[in-house]
Amino acid sequence: MSDQQKPERIGVYVCHCGTNIAGVVDVEAVAHFAAEDLKDRGVVLARDYTFMCSVAGQELIEQDIHEQQLTRVVVAACSPHLHEKTFRGVCERSGMNPYLSEMASIREHVAWVHTDKVAATAKAKAIVSGTVERVLKNDPLEAIRVPIDAQTLVVGGGIAGIQAALEVAEAGYEVILVEREASLGGHMAQFDKTFPTLDCAACILTPKMAAAGSHPKIHLFTWSEVEKVEGFVGNYTVTVKKKPRYVDEDVCTGCGICVEKCPILVVDDKFEAGIGYRKAIYWPFAQAVPNLPVLDTETCTYYIGGKGGCRACEKFCPTVPNSILFDQKEERVTLRVGNIVLATGWDLFDARRIPQYGYGRLANVFTSLELERMCNAAGPTGGKVVMRDGKSAPQRVAIVHCVGSRDRNYNRHCSAICCMQSLKTAHLVKERTGAEVYNFYIDIRTPGKEYDEFYQRVLDDGIHFVRGKVAEITDIPFDPAEASRNGAGTLYVQVEDTLAGMQRRIPVDMVVLSAGLEPRRDSAEVGKTFGIACSSNGWFIEKHAKMDPIATMTEGVFIAGCAAGPKDIPASVSQGSAAAARVLNYIRQGELALEPVRASVLAEQCSGCRLCNGLCPFNAISFDAARKVTEINAALCQGCGTCVAACPAGAIQGTGFSNEQLFAQIEGLLRDFSRAPEVV
Amino acid sequence: MSDSTFEPVIIGFTCNWCSYRAADLAGTARIKYPPNVRLIRVMCSGRIDPTFVLKALSEGADGVLIAGCHPGECHYLEQNYKALRRHRLLQKTLAQFGIEPARVRLTWASAAEGALFAQEIAEMVDEVKALGPLNWPARPMPMATAPAEIPVLSEEAA
Repeated sequence: MSDQQKPERIGVYVCHCGTNIAGVVDVEAVAHFAAEDLKDRGVVLARDYTFMCSVAGQELIEQDIHEQQLTRVVVAACSPHLHEKTFRGVCERSGMNPYLSEMASIREHVAWVHTDKVAATAKAKAIVSGTVERVLKNDPLEAIRVPIDAQTLVVGGGIAGIQAALEVAEAGYEVILVEREASLGGHMAQFDKTFPTLDCAACILTPKMAAAGSHPKIHLFTWSEVEKVEGFVGNYTVTVKKKPRYVDEDVCTGCGICVEKCPILVVDDKFEAGIGYRKAIYWPFAQAVPNLPVLDTETCTYYIGGKGGCRACEKFCPTVPNSILFDQKEERVTLRVGNIVLATGWDLFDARRIPQYGYGRLANVFTSLELERMCNAAGPTGGKVVMRDGKSAPQRVAIVHCVGSRDRNYNRHCSAICCMQSLKTAHLVKERTGAEVYNFYIDIRTPGKEYDEFYQRVLDDGIHFVRGKVAEITDIPFDPAEASRNGAGTLYVQVEDTLAGMQRRIPVDMVVLSAGLEPRRDSAEVGKTFGIACSSNGWFIEKHAKMDPIATMTEGVFIAGCAAGPKDIPASVSQGSAAAARVLNYIRQGELALEPVRASVLAEQCSGCRLCNGLCPFNAISFDAARKVTEINAALCQGCGTCVAACPAGAIQGTGFSNEQLFAQIEGLLRDFSRAPEVV
Repeated sequence: MSDSTFEPVIIGFTCNWCSYRAADLAGTARIKYPPNVRLIRVMCSGRIDPTFVLKALSEGADGVLIAGCHPGECHYLEQNYKALRRHRLLQKTLAQFGIEPARVRLTWASAAEGALFAQEIAEMVDEVKALGPLNWPARPMPMATAPAEIPVLSEEAA
């Protein structure tokens, strides 16, 4: 509030921005208007200058603050998004509270968008008038400073999360790494070779997994999920739910005798993508980190058989005490962390959603992930590419690109990795079976380093490319002639070859569907838990898609890898490192200055109606039942002002955007033009 | 009612994250639109108290534009939905005051939609021009919406 005793002294500065503003707006007239017509509002001086943001322009303001004892400053120039910081800095250097300055945008919102000089000048005057009224109501504010807890939470133990965790831990800070599955590794652990260099995924991933698993600064929580997140940047309290493994983590040595002795064989639809088996007590894969098995209560006879089950695992467990704990319960652990990296990854598009491609109905239609497992030497077929019968090698293989991607019926986005994955699969299938391999594509997209070279190599392998979106995959021949020509069990790929300009029907033995990457099915709930937003298609939204792809709109929550959209391995690793860099930046600062735009309740005016209580998506508003008033946690408040607008008693103050400031600005903006109602 | 020389004055409330940046982008891209709208920046469209709109109209504005992030893209997750709700309610109230709904327009513009924002402004200016000056609250309530006679409770009924 302005002090009644001491009149405010406002300086108004109108920038020419070369000819950017001065070419359309009569800047001298605007300055003259401010000096004369706004004199009664406290304007003691108004200047126009070629470049206010230049050193000379800034010095001009500094000098006036000292010599003219200015108490408030208005700079009519470009958008505050560009130079608000600059001019606040000028005020701060001159001993003035930086929040007693305001910018009036007369470049982006006037000079650049209007051509009529008279109208543009009139609008610029109105904007200056509104800004002068607003600045009069500005309060001197202090940035909110919050301490940063050095412990960091990384959610997701795929390659992006592992990278982020390792980088932060290597810098010497504690990391909590939470992974939903029983082992670190993520999708990358399932792959065989990685494009374009064809080095084996396990060879490059498992050392990183082991490093993360054994790092003294990394605390692993596998088979666990983050259930609740409270707090704000630097000061989050997270609750991690540890699902029971039914194995004593402290005692188990990971010898594997229990897995060996377990008599129950189950189809592994997770790690082996449904084409392999695991036991009822199992590791996801041989190099699992941590090296601890998990007992599956849905298939173990102890839980489903009645009569106490076989208990073979317990009988053969060599540890003392026994590592098998049939009645282990889930646990909850509460941890304090300063920053959070979300590297929650992706889900595979369910190819069953495209019935005409026959996945799940036609035996020899596979997904790309099934092929990955099949090509993997540690996979169910020992690296052999075979048909669903498990033994015969295919002679003719079709690879269908863009399954569930770039398709308005399913997902409009390009999954980014499937072209290269399909080319890699084509190469591996050709190499291992000598089959004729057909790629059906819409466009081939190979923009990464050495990617197009790999495409050329695959072309040289003699692999066929048909440009066209596959219409149908069927096992029903056209006529008896086609049936006798191709033999029983043949699949027919019906496609329009858009380069040849004709319909083609290609007989094959095996089809691989390059299913796209989709956001995690529960990304909306996960986003809500962490207070970040998903786009309408489910990927997490970055703070800025180009200039800030790691940060989110919630301070202290960063995203890395495919959680924000499909990415290849190099990009995921880079993002993991980038997220760690951002976290380390905050940790090293020790504390963080936050914009003091916050809501607060004047308790004596609050009637306790609780109308505002349900409006806050950040859970900053709570009701004090004892005092019957609502309270706002300034640390949780993000400053949107929705509660301020909702309070019927006007008891909520919106610092930085108060009712007084906004009413004053409205009056100022309309001051010249208001057609005062005729007095009757 | 409409006057060919009439230039309406419109107050535009824009949110810090999307629509204000759309206005900035329209500027950077030099997209032209009529000079009738004067913008006020708030952090979120959810901050817009209906009394701001009434205040603007009573201070001489002929229309008010409210612009936020697209549904689902709100910087504060979902507060633009609150702006949407308030706009609906406000429209009903304004109708009872005899104020045409076109005078208070709600729109969504992402930070990438400078052209769309400029187009929205141009459309709104045309619509408000066609409606003519508001001159509220001096303008009498149109008879059509005013109650035909004010019911008086008879003493007997009481």
